[in-house]
Amino acid sequence: MAMIEFRNVSKWYGSFQVLKDCTTTVEKGEVVVVCGPSGSGKSTLIKCVNGLEPFQRGDVVVNGQSVGAKGTKLPQLRAKIGMVFQHFELFPHMDVTANLNLAQVRVLGRSLDEATAKSHALLERVGMIDHAKKFPGQLSGGQQQRVAIARGLAMDPIAMLFDEPTSALDPEMINEVLDVMVELAREGMTMMCVTHEMGFARKVAHRVIFMDQGEIVEDAPKEEFFGTPRSERAQQFLSKILHH
Amino acid sequence: MDFGFLTQPAFSGGGTYFDWVLSGIKWTMLVSVCAWLIAFTIGSVLGVMRTTKLRWLYLPAAAYVELFRNIPLLVQMFIWYFVIPEIVPKALGTWMKQGMPMPEFWSAVLALGFYTASRVAEQVRSGIQSIPAGQTQAALATGLTMPQVYRHLLLPMGYRIVIPPLTSEFLTIFKNSSVALTIGVLELTAQARTISEYTFRTFEIFTLATVVYVLITMAVTVLMQFVETRVRVPGYVGTGK
Repeated sequence: MAMIEFRNVSKWYGSFQVLKDCTTTVEKGEVVVVCGPSGSGKSTLIKCVNGLEPFQRGDVVVNGQSVGAKGTKLPQLRAKIGMVFQHFELFPHMDVTANLNLAQVRVLGRSLDEATAKSHALLERVGMIDHAKKFPGQLSGGQQQRVAIARGLAMDPIAMLFDEPTSALDPEMINEVLDVMVELAREGMTMMCVTHEMGFARKVAHRVIFMDQGEIVEDAPKEEFFGTPRSERAQQFLSKILHH
Repeated sequence: MDFGFLTQPAFSGGGTYFDWVLSGIKWTMLVSVCAWLIAFTIGSVLGVMRTTKLRWLYLPAAAYVELFRNIPLLVQMFIWYFVIPEIVPKALGTWMKQGMPMPEFWSAVLALGFYTASRVAEQVRSGIQSIPAGQTQAALATGLTMPQVYRHLLLPMGYRIVIPPLTSEFLTIFKNSSVALTIGVLELTAQARTISEYTFRTFEIFTLATVVYVLITMAVTVLMQFVETRVRVPGYVGTGK
């Protein structure tokens, strides 16, 4: 069964159409990379999955539940989907452990002890346990992003969304974040990643989606996408980002 | 300057002139602190209302702010004291004029409180709106509801950001409380004026009043600096250190 299913999703900002009839699926355990030039609608598309971006036409179905339907309780749906942002977005006034605990306690109703145990296990896993008591402002970008991934995982999500998770990082910090993501992918997490890291895509992606001007131009298995047959626009894009 | 007159019995009885000064300080503090409680509470609620996307919440809050911050404080003081008792139901109006204890005090507190609330509201709003939208998105993405996002993220961060302007507002309320003398509250400035009329020690008494105002506001500043240090977020840009 498809974990995430986009059915003809269209979205407008006023008269400007940012998503044009987007249809695709992400299977359980599948890693899908979304790439494309800036302004192509990648982030908007991924934010439709948990309803952070409302859309006017079509629907997104997550684990059998419609995102666009009137009766859908978005907080409950979101709690099941982890999300990692370009600018980390850790809560600055809480230490690392509290950042991971907040939604576990307030949304899932776990006890503080239970949540802290879970948080510490995850911090251990992303190599941040030594920083459990620090505040986000005391960490490097790469460290903050690893904490943000742990925050998403703390909710035991059925899928993880990544919105350009390495775009705001110094080059030397990109790998520490990608390593965590690769490990996650190999463990079978369902992942949808907006990223320009083609190395990451080559390594763990099952499928690559290429977007341009709000349209899904290419939606192909990894081998096919990096191999021969593909659209001219995607070729241009790839040649620009791969050759330097 | 000679401050010897302060220990003399006051012309019309009721202790020394210094006792009058102390009484003035007491009323200045009472008016200011009571007004601040109103201003902070109502201002916070209005400020939050203005940051929501719900029309029925932000429109009334916006209307309140525009009404109360655009009428001079002195005029508002007169309205609460002279006009309100005339336009409320007759029985209530009569009680306000004759039965209600300390009508000038409560009028002053309400006028100053509601006026300052409009200013506090704008500061709370600016604090909340200065938090990047990505923060709210991240909080929502974890499954928190919008009220929870306010409770755990927007309010704690928003208040921290606006501590410096809120401190100014808190200081201003002490200084603005002197306007209450126009409706008969015998606060510090009013007492200083009365004493100067009785003793002709204008220079001394207003020097003393000045020093007292400065001491009060300095104490408030120290208190707020303490608060600011207590809630400082380690490593967060904008809160220093």
